[in-house]
Amino acid sequence: MPEVTMTVNGQEASGDVEGRTLLVQFLREHLRLTGTHVGCDTSQCGACVVHVNGQSVKSCTMLAVQADGSAVTTIEGLASGNELHPMQAAFHENHALQCGFCTPGMVMSAVDLLQKNSSPSETEIREWLEGNLCRCTGYKNIVKAIQHAAAGDAA
Amino acid sequence: MYDFGYHRPNSLTEANAAVDGATDPVLMAGGHTLIPALKLRLAQPSDVVDLCAIDELKGIRDDGDALVIGAMTTHCEVAESDLVMSRIPALASLAGGIGDPQVRHRGTIGGSVANNDPAADYPAGCVGLGATIHTSKRQIAADDFFGPSFDTALEDGEIVTAVSFPVPGKAAYAKFPNPASRYAIVGVMVAKTSDGVRVAVTGAGHGVFRDTAIELSLADAFTADAVAGSGADEDDLNSDIHASAEYRKHLIGVMAKRAVTAASG
Ligand SMILES: Cc1cc2nc3c(=O)[nH]c(=O)nc-3n(C[C@H](O)[C@H](O)[C@H](O)COP(=O)(O)OP(=O)(O)OC[C@H]3O[C@@H](n4cnc5c(N)ncnc54)[C@H](O)[C@@H]3O)c2cc1C
Ligand code: FES
Ligand code: FES
Repeated sequence: MPEVTMTVNGQEASGDVEGRTLLVQFLREHLRLTGTHVGCDTSQCGACVVHVNGQSVKSCTMLAVQADGSAVTTIEGLASGNELHPMQAAFHENHALQCGFCTPGMVMSAVDLLQKNSSPSETEIREWLEGNLCRCTGYKNIVKAIQHAAAGDAA
Repeated sequence: MYDFGYHRPNSLTEANAAVDGATDPVLMAGGHTLIPALKLRLAQPSDVVDLCAIDELKGIRDDGDALVIGAMTTHCEVAESDLVMSRIPALASLAGGIGDPQVRHRGTIGGSVANNDPAADYPAGCVGLGATIHTSKRQIAADDFFGPSFDTALEDGEIVTAVSFPVPGKAAYAKFPNPASRYAIVGVMVAKTSDGVRVAVTGAGHGVFRDTAIELSLADAFTADAVAGSGADEDDLNSDIHASAEYRKHLIGVMAKRAVTAASG
């Protein structure tokens, strides 16, 4: 069985996996980091988005062995202590979630957007969220939250 | 997903050896077609040979009259490359319209051309721009590389190493995406090259094809008004819940006009 070692949320994590173990399975089942969700079988919903070496990816469509040696950030790695990351705070303040299932992926994807483009237009935000599906909110408040986070309005 | 042996060779030589040493190997690039297929148990390889650590497959190079893009270059890297944006903006915009940002972070040009999905964007980019596919064994003109759906000139174990795109005079790609998957219902690459006008269509048929009727109509005047209707036979076009063959045929003309307008802008 292959052994993988990666840095997850700043800490070294390793484990024995099968070739077929998905990164999301490694995170959820081996490391018990269940904030990253799985919403589909078709790589389309984005509930599983995490950052690998700083870039947002769908952890359901990457093998754990492909992430061997990488730095991974999950939703659990964003807050510092009890203080929410500004994007999390913006989602909270703007009521950008209902059931919350899509939220970890939305937040991770949105954080990556602002890394690339610190003041995106509404169109750019909507286009960036192409790979993140939400069945509850209608996206309006998600877009608003990202605009607020970009403007530095969130606590 | 069935289990498999995993290999991460550091060179093409090591990759060839890993392929030769396995009973039923499959190559993996970005995994964004392969992993979904494995999850659905549509494939059951004995071994997966991951190309991600092979430096010779990466990067974008200016070769004078052409740009050479390594097989492991991601869609995001092509879309954001200053070199591609300045020399062949049509190609940067094609890559930037594939799937969604996370798909573009992982999916590669080599995987896309090797897979030859009949609704994928790069096959139209390659045929429309008259590209050449470089492999571990030879060089193949795009016109001869892509067969019907998912079929290519590649032999078992043959590795796409790069794709070289001659820099066109003018070119643009216009796509009518499936609103759910973002794959092309119809995508058209139009290019004015030193060998004349090339018009390549994806999504509409059972594989990428050149629309010679539209090419001829643009030979004298490269303007949107000159674009003739598609010459494709409706019997050769796809009909499904997303669009009928008749509608797809109509869209080919519409997308070709949009592409000519964008190329001339
Ligand atoms: C949600 C979603 C949306 C998408 N939307 C689009 C879209 O709008 N347009 C579009 O064009 N595509 C789309 N795709 C497909 C995406 O572009 C894939 O990344 C691409 O088709 C395959 O590239 P890959 O690097 O992921 O290849 P992989 O999945 O790793 O490989 C695909 C196939 O090619 C073979 N292969 C890979 N690399 C090589 C090589 N160098 N030499 C020989 N064989 C090789 C593999 O063995 C495999 O059979 C989408 C995918 C997803 C998941
Ligand atoms: S779980 Fe749906 S895209 Fe990953
Ligand atoms: S809040 Fe329920 S899916 Fe987005």
